[in-house]
Amino acid sequence: MLRFSKSKIIATLAIIIIGLLLGIPSMMSPEHRKAYLSAVPSWVPSWLVPSRAIVLGLDLQGGSHVLLQVDESDLVRGQITLLRDDVRRILRDTRVASQNGIQTIPRGVQIRVPNAADRERLMPRLRELAQPISNAVLGQTGNASVALSDTPDGAITLTLTDAGINERVRRAVDQSIEVIRRRIDATGTTEPSIQRQGADRVLVQVPGLQDPQQLKALLGETGNLEFRLLAQPGATDVDMLPMRDAGGQRVPVERRVIAEGGDLTDAQAAFDSQTNQPIVNFRFNIRGAQRFGQATTENLGRQLAIVLDNEVISAPTIQSPITGGSGQISGSFTVEQVNNLAVLLRSGALPAKLTIVEERTVGPGLGRDSIEAGKLATYVAAILVVIFMFATYGVFGLIANIALLVHVGLIFGLMSVLEATLTLPGIAGIVLTIGTAVDSNVLIYERIREEVHSGRSIVSGIQAGFDRAFATIVDSNSTMAIAAVILFFLGSGPVRGFAVVFILGILTTVITAVTLTRMMIALWYQWMRPKVLPF
Amino acid sequence: MRLVRLWPENSHFDFMRFRRFSFPLSALISVATAIVLYTVGLNFGIDFKGGTLMEIQAKSGQVNVAQIRHTAEGFGFGDVEVQEFGTAGEVSLRFPIQSGGEAAQAGVVQKARDTFGNEYEFRRVETVGPRVSGELVQSGTIGIVFSVIAVLFYLWFRFERELAVAAIIGTLHDIVLTIGFFVITRHEFNMTSIAAILTIVGYSLNETVVVFDRTRELMRRYKTMPPEELLNLSINHTMSRTIMTATTTALALLALVLFGGQAIQGFAQVMLYGVVICTYSAICISSPMLIYIGLRGSETVKVPEGKAAAAE
Repeated sequence: MLRFSKSKIIATLAIIIIGLLLGIPSMMSPEHRKAYLSAVPSWVPSWLVPSRAIVLGLDLQGGSHVLLQVDESDLVRGQITLLRDDVRRILRDTRVASQNGIQTIPRGVQIRVPNAADRERLMPRLRELAQPISNAVLGQTGNASVALSDTPDGAITLTLTDAGINERVRRAVDQSIEVIRRRIDATGTTEPSIQRQGADRVLVQVPGLQDPQQLKALLGETGNLEFRLLAQPGATDVDMLPMRDAGGQRVPVERRVIAEGGDLTDAQAAFDSQTNQPIVNFRFNIRGAQRFGQATTENLGRQLAIVLDNEVISAPTIQSPITGGSGQISGSFTVEQVNNLAVLLRSGALPAKLTIVEERTVGPGLGRDSIEAGKLATYVAAILVVIFMFATYGVFGLIANIALLVHVGLIFGLMSVLEATLTLPGIAGIVLTIGTAVDSNVLIYERIREEVHSGRSIVSGIQAGFDRAFATIVDSNSTMAIAAVILFFLGSGPVRGFAVVFILGILTTVITAVTLTRMMIALWYQWMRPKVLPF
Repeated sequence: MRLVRLWPENSHFDFMRFRRFSFPLSALISVATAIVLYTVGLNFGIDFKGGTLMEIQAKSGQVNVAQIRHTAEGFGFGDVEVQEFGTAGEVSLRFPIQSGGEAAQAGVVQKARDTFGNEYEFRRVETVGPRVSGELVQSGTIGIVFSVIAVLFYLWFRFERELAVAAIIGTLHDIVLTIGFFVITRHEFNMTSIAAILTIVGYSLNETVVVFDRTRELMRRYKTMPPEELLNLSINHTMSRTIMTATTTALALLALVLFGGQAIQGFAQVMLYGVVICTYSAICISSPMLIYIGLRGSETVKVPEGKAAAAE
């Protein structure tokens, strides 16, 4: 029958009212929202007040989306260098000489020790290098990060294992996220979102940033700082490194590192009080201060090379011993450059180079225009559909229209609660939902009409119409939902926003088109007692 | 007040007659699509092709496209596509993927900002590297294949085998014709296009399922009715609803095409086309297909003729 129990009516209305209330903050402008929140009396518990507004996607509020990937080959190169240093140290400790030095091979190093007695002494030490990687999860033995193999003729090969490299990549992503967060925070940018994506990627989303150039400059530098000495003529063990602002000219730099970025405790951009040039002031920890003090005392008059990411950024002459643990980096820097440099030094070095594999930036102007266009399209669509439904079904059309408006309100409410992001395709999803939402009503109404025309009374026709249309409504919405769910799992960013809206739209249809409509029609019937259908 | 009726009541239209035209027509279009897809191919956007897209707007409102093209070609980043679009001096620039890896890609944006930054506002900048674009192609393809499989399972559970087969043929038909739309109109094919295709898959099935729900119901009621007549009756019964829903959806999409703005227009146009195609295929492809597949194969097994008659 068309009778609804009181509790059912109350429950339905409660769900709808709560849903709509949750959507209200999203309908307000940020200023209104603030005013409304401050107007709420303080004795009302905060969880009772709907305050969350829908999060706008970067395509609507403007901002940058940068996807970075840990450069695996860079990481492997670094690992091989470390492995090489370890092997060199072990050879020295055990006083064993490799016949052809330490050869670098793809993903590893090779030495040749023909003497069996030497090998006997060497192998246990090398085997220590092939220990399992220390684990994040306690008590679980991991795979070895280095594989050791030797042939009877004395060739010993140490290669990095896949498991070891994967573990390194995973850790590098975690560390990178930390470093990136520190770097972005230091620039004072608001609300950045930094997430791991997949095995080797980091997604950085910064709303409101129109020109991501500075951001990219910050993320593009590994930030590895070293203090070394410029080599004197005839010195061995030197690296030829490019000198900044010297037209690609390379200078010899001693391989020995006096102190490095990790020894810094602080770095600040400042101006030199004498020359008024932008400089970076830094402070060492105890170990760094000691080594730096000793090196500057012993090498008075020589040039110190300040090396950032294998580039000499400045090479001041050591005028006097620097023993206080603090110093400054000067050079022909711009204000922005010293700011960036200070940020890089403060936040530490990235474990590996990061490559930008995807970048999407939307200017705030375009975002605003998109919102305006989306709003307009939504209103026009709603008005067209509302008029059309009313013209076709009269009173029943009006009921469907009320259900439709509640439906859109509920989508907003649910999106606010779920903290789903509204994107431009999401707006398209809302508009499309407006078109398809009335489908359930149409199915029901057409069925009612059929039933009444085939001789049923109005009451029983309405009843039968709802009952018989229900299976079809479930079937037709399920197929849409399947497509939408797949889209959700497959898509990213804006497209996912579309899927979310579409899924929510399908879910709420069942509440509004079936339950709410049915209730309104029941009330209408009790009130009017019509003899014929109004359409 | 007189209410609008888009479809006459108690219609007895012979929809099955259409199959003589619709089958050859759809077959022809499908083959043509396959040929053009193979020879010309889709107009892939940077999501799938990789590269850099920039949308800039002249601060003065005046643009000289020829000059922008000339300047951009001088960058030496390969073939540049420069296009004017929208209203107030908006221009889009597309650069191909750079051979020097991801780092070279970033240089494109930097160069353009340095050159055009003073006179133009950068409305949108998108750079997709080769790795990401490859993955997007993969996930897009997987998505479409997966959705067809998922839908197949749903139909298998909910419907008789014959109906499920016919519905799937109808859906594949709609996917092919939608891809044909992309090939012929040269609409850019990107991630949003995949969203449009998946939505069309949903809508297509929605249409077919509504008709087939009715077919199934009528099959049980009229046990001896020939398939052609039964299918005609099903479509006639549901036609009012089909027209109504297609109209409301089309109205909403029309609003999007006209007012939704540049970025969403493409999606809305494809969907609008999709609504028409889905309605057509539900009536003129999936349903008549049942005449050939056979309508009562599994039904007679499920409900033995004699018993059901006795029960009624």
